[in-house]
Amino acid sequence: MLMRSAWRLALSAVTILALAGSAWAGGTLRVALTATDVPTTTGAPDNGGEGIRFLGFPVFESLVLWDLTRADKLAEIRPGLAESWEQDKNDKTKWIFHLRRGVKFHDGTDWNADAAIWNLDRFLKSDSPQFDPPNAAVTQARNPYYANYRKIDEYTIEIGTPRPISYFPNMVTWALYVSPTQFKKVGSWAEFAKAPAGTGPFKIVDFKPRVSASLARNDEYWDKTRIPKLDKIVVFPMYEATTRLSALRSGQVDWIEVPPPDAVPSLKSAGFQIVANSYPHSWPWTFNLAREDSPFRDIRVRHAINYCVNRDGLVTLLNGLAEPAFGLFKKADPFFGKPKQQYAYDPAKAKALLKEAGYGPEKPVKAKIMITTSGSGQMLPLPMNEFLQQNLKECNFDISFEVVDWGAMLVALRNPPSAPQGLGVDAMNISLHISMDISQFALFNLSGNTPPKGRNWPNWKNSEFDAVIDKIEKSTDQEEILANIQRAHEIFVDDPPWLFIVHDRNARAMTKNVKGFTSAQSWFQDFTTVYME
Amino acid sequence: MWSYISRRLLYAVPILLGVSMLVFALIHLAPGDVVDLLVPPEVPRDVADALRRRFALDQPIYIQYFAWLGRLLVGDLGISFFNNRPVSDELFSALGNTLMLALPATVLGFGLGVMFGALAAFNHGTWLDKAFSAAAITGVSLPHYWVGIVLVAIFAVILNAVPAQGMGAGGFPTSWEQLRHLILPVVTLSLIPMGVVSRLVRANVLEILSHEFVSTLHAKGLMSRRVLYHVMKNAAPSALALMGLQFGYLLGGSILVETVFNWPGSGGLMNLAIFRRDIPVLSATILVLAAIFVVINILVDVLQALIDPRMRR
Repeated sequence: MLMRSAWRLALSAVTILALAGSAWAGGTLRVALTATDVPTTTGAPDNGGEGIRFLGFPVFESLVLWDLTRADKLAEIRPGLAESWEQDKNDKTKWIFHLRRGVKFHDGTDWNADAAIWNLDRFLKSDSPQFDPPNAAVTQARNPYYANYRKIDEYTIEIGTPRPISYFPNMVTWALYVSPTQFKKVGSWAEFAKAPAGTGPFKIVDFKPRVSASLARNDEYWDKTRIPKLDKIVVFPMYEATTRLSALRSGQVDWIEVPPPDAVPSLKSAGFQIVANSYPHSWPWTFNLAREDSPFRDIRVRHAINYCVNRDGLVTLLNGLAEPAFGLFKKADPFFGKPKQQYAYDPAKAKALLKEAGYGPEKPVKAKIMITTSGSGQMLPLPMNEFLQQNLKECNFDISFEVVDWGAMLVALRNPPSAPQGLGVDAMNISLHISMDISQFALFNLSGNTPPKGRNWPNWKNSEFDAVIDKIEKSTDQEEILANIQRAHEIFVDDPPWLFIVHDRNARAMTKNVKGFTSAQSWFQDFTTVYME
Repeated sequence: MWSYISRRLLYAVPILLGVSMLVFALIHLAPGDVVDLLVPPEVPRDVADALRRRFALDQPIYIQYFAWLGRLLVGDLGISFFNNRPVSDELFSALGNTLMLALPATVLGFGLGVMFGALAAFNHGTWLDKAFSAAAITGVSLPHYWVGIVLVAIFAVILNAVPAQGMGAGGFPTSWEQLRHLILPVVTLSLIPMGVVSRLVRANVLEILSHEFVSTLHAKGLMSRRVLYHVMKNAAPSALALMGLQFGYLLGGSILVETVFNWPGSGGLMNLAIFRRDIPVLSATILVLAAIFVVINILVDVLQALIDPRMRR
């Protein structure tokens, strides 16, 4: 009897352990990135959205984070290293952040207001020993609204903005916080990069420049509901698409970012997962509206070209790794609104508009577009633009290209369109708009933010848009804010500074052993739920 | 002999000085500056200017050049604008990785090239000549990055016999697992040197075989092996010159092969530095590679002089 009970007890124990093991399989996830190098590990990752996705939020956190747990709606902000925040009732330019208690950096030191101020000094106080000029410049560019900041008590800080900005918390997500103690111990950012310390669910345990970075689970992570299931993530920079594909198919990696579109059918038939989601990740042409003789100064021409694009054809060319774009946001997003212009592939309408504007078969619209051979977020610029060139010909657009490298395009972007660096182009094919929300939408497109001050390269100036953004910034009513964002987007679509072409679905391919991944509607992703079966 | 070597070494100094000026000038003539690539376009102007001052990019170009040269002379290659790492760490690590491929590719490519070329020449007009010549032409003609992709598809993806990319654990390969990572990139890299050397050796040997002294040696009853030795010795100097150049090219790294195999060598480093306008990395890399080229050519000159004393004059 005793033996039988012991046997049953042992069997139950084994069963429980086995079930627990399969539910928490862990394992090591090996990821091939499109980056040319391992993103920097100092808490200010380079290599664009991909750098932040893998070596930003998983390792370092901000006061405010993105909720990346859902695939069915746009990611929204949520509390991070700040448990809550509010605008000062008497002065809307002041934001009070209540810091989360009980959080430790990876080196075991405490997160508190002193650490927060130290990190803000890193980006904003040029005479501080930890001032980091290149990353300070990037952080300030992404959020130029830090006017002042101060510690109120051990777990409260105040950040001031130059004017009331209701969406300031969204912009706070760009600054990631690192351990001051660790920096002081190693003495420089170059040394910190070899042994970084953040607060995130993963910690960097190995870093080989140009080869790989390894992230291990942080068992002491403050959010006990988000302790990672994986033991480790190893990321490899592999900017050549065929190399990534070979690495996946030969079993060297488990997950690749951006599989080549023409490999998608064979990957699917070989049992690999192709995971993508829909989110605002626009791949547009941005028009040069500054030049007096630019054909795109005529709104009818801008409408016409938007009605001429065969978006579905381009999506077919990309084997479904993109989706049609009709604005900055997608039609399903709450911010889209109801613009008058409902763009669709309508060559007849496009030709009629052009005829009104004085163009036709005898007098096509001649336009030169700056495109790149590659670049962050540029997808497959050469075949995609060749497709558009042929497509637009049917509506009497005569498109030629100025092909440059990515660096040259960024130089052009930073200067007025009339500058020599602009090469006299009428539009630029550039995908730089990391945005799921109002903050970057406003920053990029306000009239006052033309180069060299900002990124409104088209020189698009719409006073109604500016007025609506002003209302959004001053408002505290969420419904009013949403209605005004919709209005701002309607203006953006009806008076378009862009040719809306497609949204990049940012697909990834992975082996069938990768489980638990939720593809958030965001440029960033949550790896804490992923495990290897 | 020592005066010949000393002369060669002395010539290297003005050559390298000239290269340093040319490199520095060309890099600064390229459109755009590193600040434009390092930070988003809407960065405040004063922050961008502070960054330019930090990198001394606001100084006149000749001052920047002499400051850079001064640092070089004491062995300081500078700090990368992009990641704050010492350039020497990045560069010598990349060169080491490239050497790991270049040396075996050299041995394989030159060895096969000499063998194919000599065999083709000695069997001139036969099917063997045609076969080896075809192999050489194929090596030269096929884009080697395409060959690399095909080799990966067959041996890594379909047969899963060797890894598709990467260096593995890194460092000097001491295990079979690490050596497996070398196989495909080394074979790919060896194709062009094999083809080029083979064609040259075949032409040289054929030309030398037509000399009277070869018939005389045969007539005097010398064994074929000894005749081969004399023929190859006469063919060696021009082959050596070509091999020196080819080895220099291999050390410069093949960006295409490094891309296909994701090998972190000097080609990829230079490519990245060009895109980023990372001036310290780019200028140091080009200058060090130029210096390596110069040294290799000096060694080739010395070897040639040892083989053919007429070249010492």
